[in-house]
Amino acid sequence: MMSNILEIKNLVVSYGGIEAVKGIDITVPEGQIVTLIGANGAGKSTTLKSISGLVKPKQASILYKGQEIVGKTPDYIVSQGITLVPEGRRVFPNLTVLENLKIGAYLRKDSLKEDLDYIYSLFPRLKEREWQMAGTLSGGEQQMLAVGRALMSKPKVIMMDEPSLGLAPLVVKDIFKIIQTINEQGITVLLIEQNANMALKVAHKAYVIETGTITMEGTGAELLANEEIKQAYLGKTK
Amino acid sequence: MTSTAFLQYCLTGISIGGIYALIAIGYTMVYGILRLINFAHGDIFMMAAYFMIFAMVDFALPWYVSIVIVLAATILLGVVIEKVAYKPLRSSPRMSIMISAIGVSYLLQNLATYLFSALPKGYPKIDFLMKTITIGGISTSVVTFITPILTLVFVFLLLQLINHTKIGMAMRAVSKDFETSQLMGIKINRVISFTFVIGCFLAGVGSILYFTPRPSVYPLVGSLPGLKCFIAAVFGGIGSIPGAMLGGFVIGLSETFIKAAGYSEFSDVFTFILLIVVLLFKPTGLFGEKTTEKV
Repeated sequence: MMSNILEIKNLVVSYGGIEAVKGIDITVPEGQIVTLIGANGAGKSTTLKSISGLVKPKQASILYKGQEIVGKTPDYIVSQGITLVPEGRRVFPNLTVLENLKIGAYLRKDSLKEDLDYIYSLFPRLKEREWQMAGTLSGGEQQMLAVGRALMSKPKVIMMDEPSLGLAPLVVKDIFKIIQTINEQGITVLLIEQNANMALKVAHKAYVIETGTITMEGTGAELLANEEIKQAYLGKTK
Repeated sequence: MTSTAFLQYCLTGISIGGIYALIAIGYTMVYGILRLINFAHGDIFMMAAYFMIFAMVDFALPWYVSIVIVLAATILLGVVIEKVAYKPLRSSPRMSIMISAIGVSYLLQNLATYLFSALPKGYPKIDFLMKTITIGGISTSVVTFITPILTLVFVFLLLQLINHTKIGMAMRAVSKDFETSQLMGIKINRVISFTFVIGCFLAGVGSILYFTPRPSVYPLVGSLPGLKCFIAAVFGGIGSIPGAMLGGFVIGLSETFIKAAGYSEFSDVFTFILLIVVLLFKPTGLFGEKTTEKV
């Protein structure tokens, strides 16, 4: 029996009185890729921000390895092994590529050498651009850097918010390959995507979220075959 | 103007300019991280002068102890101001926090008037700083001579700190993006406090160097130097430390030469004209970064 590394129960988040997330339940089994798909404004990003402690939920229980993390600070949550690759990459443009990777390991006190080598083996492009300011990288390279930076914290769970946003189709393929590689190393992935097709193909488990509520859940393959999903998210007509 | 006189004015100019630079760095660093013009900074500089009077005159402590106390008290004041007046407004519109800064400025001025009265008080003399030394035909006081050197040393150390240490890296990160910095595990409040520590430390040093050769301190004494240093920071490009230093030196030198030419009453006017010119023709200042709106 596989254990759930992350259990979110009845997550409610409101911004100035308007509920963005209206009581959702998500369970993330350890070692899997779980995806949340849904339209803009459905509450996906808010969900991830609540888990990482950036947004204070109105009510919720978020258990990480059985421990309640609601109300904990973002730095504590990172230190426990949950990291977020934010939407739009958000690399630090005024820091070099190497510094961006180092800052990803801000809370660590051990040697970073091995991890840097590992990141560079995943993304050889970053090695070439080590001393370049991150702001001068292309969108795809920035996304690689954002993923590399998140990995530097040695996470157990990596959450990604729209990693394919604004990237060329070939680069998107690369990113998804990387997501699977990371997952094969034993890191649990919680992925948000608008590119539902790609996300469902790699996901072990998937949730559909619409205007703050979960409307469907199943394995990636099940949802990929579902007629409603095909029409609403995969752009296929009957 | 003889060449000796010229050199004399140059030294005086870079000396006062060095003090402006130290204070301007406080403005520029706080702006860099909080996007806030800390209008209270000039008054923190004024309070540092009163701390010195307290330590050396009222408690008759030796100068080396007094300097440590002044710097510590100035830093404490700055950090407390940040915690009380700025931190609660972190997610408010920028205008609110700026109004709060103006409020703190008036509060400090009036607090000083209430506590120490509006009458000027004599600033204690640190003897060795006031000694006259003669270098190559120019005679000057030790304080005038060491000010620019201290300024350069502090700027050098500060740039090392910001560019080559972990906390410096965190400061650069926080200055760009609060939210993502938090995701890295950075405690942004600590980084912001640390920025105020540095800014107030430099204001404290600047205050000692500024008032030592001057006779007196009064509650409004910080406002004009404060404004000038703010202009120095804008001139150099707000957010840029080398820019603030250069701005300080430019203003110090121009002021001194204008005074030397016999137009004392225009020296402040020049500084404000400089501000207008910069804002009209190069609002980002000499080394300022272009602000691109995030898409």
